[in-house]
Amino acid sequence: MYKYNEFDAAFLAERNAQFRSQVERRIDGSLTEDEFRPLRLMNGVYLQLHAYMLRVAIPYGTLSSDQMRQLALLAEKWDKGYGHFTTRQNIQYNWPKLPDIPDMLDALGEVGLHAIQTSGNTIRNVTADHFAGAAKDELIDPRPVAELLRQWSTDHPEFQFMPRKFKIAITGSPNDRAVTKAHDIGLRAVEKNGEIGFEVIVGGGLGRTPMIGKVINDFVSKEDLLPYLEAIVSVWNIEGRRDNKYKARIKITVHEQGLDTFREKVEARYAVIRDQFGGFDQKLLADIEQHFLPPAFRNAETTPYIVAYDNDPVFRAWADTNLTEHKQADHAIVTISIKAHGKTPGDASADQMRLMAHLADNYAYGELRISHEQNVILPHVHKSDLPALHKALKEAGLGTANIGLASDIIACPGMDYCALATARSIPIAQQIATRVEELKIEHEVGELKIKISGCINACGHHHVGHIGILGLDRAGVENYQVTLGGDHTENAVVGERAGPGFSYDQIVPAIERLMLAYLELRTSAEERFIDAYRRVGPAPFKAALYPEAEEKANAA
Amino acid sequence: MARKFTPKVVTANHLLEGDVIYLTADDRWTRLMCEAELIEDEAHAQVRLLHAVSQPEITVGAYLADAVAGENGPEPTHFREDFRRTGPSNYFHGKQAANAEV
Repeated sequence: MYKYNEFDAAFLAERNAQFRSQVERRIDGSLTEDEFRPLRLMNGVYLQLHAYMLRVAIPYGTLSSDQMRQLALLAEKWDKGYGHFTTRQNIQYNWPKLPDIPDMLDALGEVGLHAIQTSGNTIRNVTADHFAGAAKDELIDPRPVAELLRQWSTDHPEFQFMPRKFKIAITGSPNDRAVTKAHDIGLRAVEKNGEIGFEVIVGGGLGRTPMIGKVINDFVSKEDLLPYLEAIVSVWNIEGRRDNKYKARIKITVHEQGLDTFREKVEARYAVIRDQFGGFDQKLLADIEQHFLPPAFRNAETTPYIVAYDNDPVFRAWADTNLTEHKQADHAIVTISIKAHGKTPGDASADQMRLMAHLADNYAYGELRISHEQNVILPHVHKSDLPALHKALKEAGLGTANIGLASDIIACPGMDYCALATARSIPIAQQIATRVEELKIEHEVGELKIKISGCINACGHHHVGHIGILGLDRAGVENYQVTLGGDHTENAVVGERAGPGFSYDQIVPAIERLMLAYLELRTSAEERFIDAYRRVGPAPFKAALYPEAEEKANAA
Repeated sequence: MARKFTPKVVTANHLLEGDVIYLTADDRWTRLMCEAELIEDEAHAQVRLLHAVSQPEITVGAYLADAVAGENGPEPTHFREDFRRTGPSNYFHGKQAANAEV
């Protein structure tokens, strides 16, 4: 894990002192709200529906147990005892008071965390595969590069006032768990002639104009990566449309200019700036890599795991859904669901955070991860520890065996908190999860990605859900549109809108009909919802969604 | 013919707490929408909004929100304003909790 050096600590302390002074000046009237607003946004402070909101970056989703404990402290001391993990591997506090926020930032600084550039038209928190450093299928651990990008982008003088926000995601694995194709820049580790570099994807994004990213360069070596990325951002910073907020993202620039034209401009810019990178970044990267060496994996028999798996059906169900193969055969990656049926997706109480930190210390070499799917991961757990770990999780309400299933729903905060939202998301997620638990069908349904956004900005990634739900305001009433067939992986696809929207009361039954229709038409239990959708197309699913329209058509 | 003016209340978020506040007829800021001044005249609404905006030490983002006269004072016409005066639906937090304590 990356540990701040003296420079990092001093920089952060100074930024926090500046913000403290800015808050004081806003409160004493020396700064107007118009002057203060961009300053608070640069430090992750939003004003939402009911209160301020502080968004804290969890760089590339990696946390130490000490950091997790500090997040719990913030929740308890300055908020209402919980935090909300987001789809960009951040944590949001929904109830801070403005005068307290400088103290919160100082407390974060003590453990090497900050809220810088979690808002505003800057490069945001760099997100990564949440299994990075542990996954059996990865070529490299992408986090050293992600940390290099964090240091490069933080307070980068050229990139503080860009046309719009800018999001980068990185994965070291061919199986993309970081949604790289829906980011302004997506990076995927690839191997060419024995050398590992990156495929660079540009111009992906969701929001009101969803687009799948395009490969601008199929191989950039590690040495060339930073200047290449700087060239991309630099070209877009000049050419991105500042006349229209809705056309300002790089996806529109690339779309309007065409990938080839945009690439030529990037190459030209790259030729100018390449020499400015005299190797210091590589020296820095080499230093950073030392922070990410794997822990000294312990050796032990895995017998306790096998015994529990064979004898305890509750443990077995959890192991089948919540464990992922680790690069060490005797270890496992544990995903802790913070989506117990009926609870708010992504919320963890201070007690739960502390428990997870404690379990990380006991069983996972002190490391945790946050996924964009709003769960918490213990990346390295020896298999013999899994039964004890599961027992402890279960006792704290954290033992839900639903990872990848229908109740493992991504949901943005929606109109319960967000000032931009047009409808609620959270209660829809809660009700779907409650319903599938009542019906006891989610294990039968198998892998199903339901993603819910409460407005067109698509923080809930609804476009890339197998089932996407978008909440809108239709003539003063909440209305929910359904999209089908989206995919967030390396085969990313934007889902298709199924038809007219549903009312708040009708959306959950509609989703239930979709699941039941799928169970009817699948060829076997191995054929996932998304596979079935690809095989048969939308028609049978639309028929399930709109039975009245179907009846009418049959009668005609 | 000009469109009929929809009655309004002046609302904002409080600078320090960030919570929702409403302007009363006697120039106080209240946390309760039912205590807000229901403004039926468009020109008067603009005057009251200016009054709110001119208090940056208290208000952030003041605006006029549609409202109707209810039994106990102004009530929202749109669900967004209903959430603002109540709090989130996933926890008993925000105004619903504060009001329960009174």
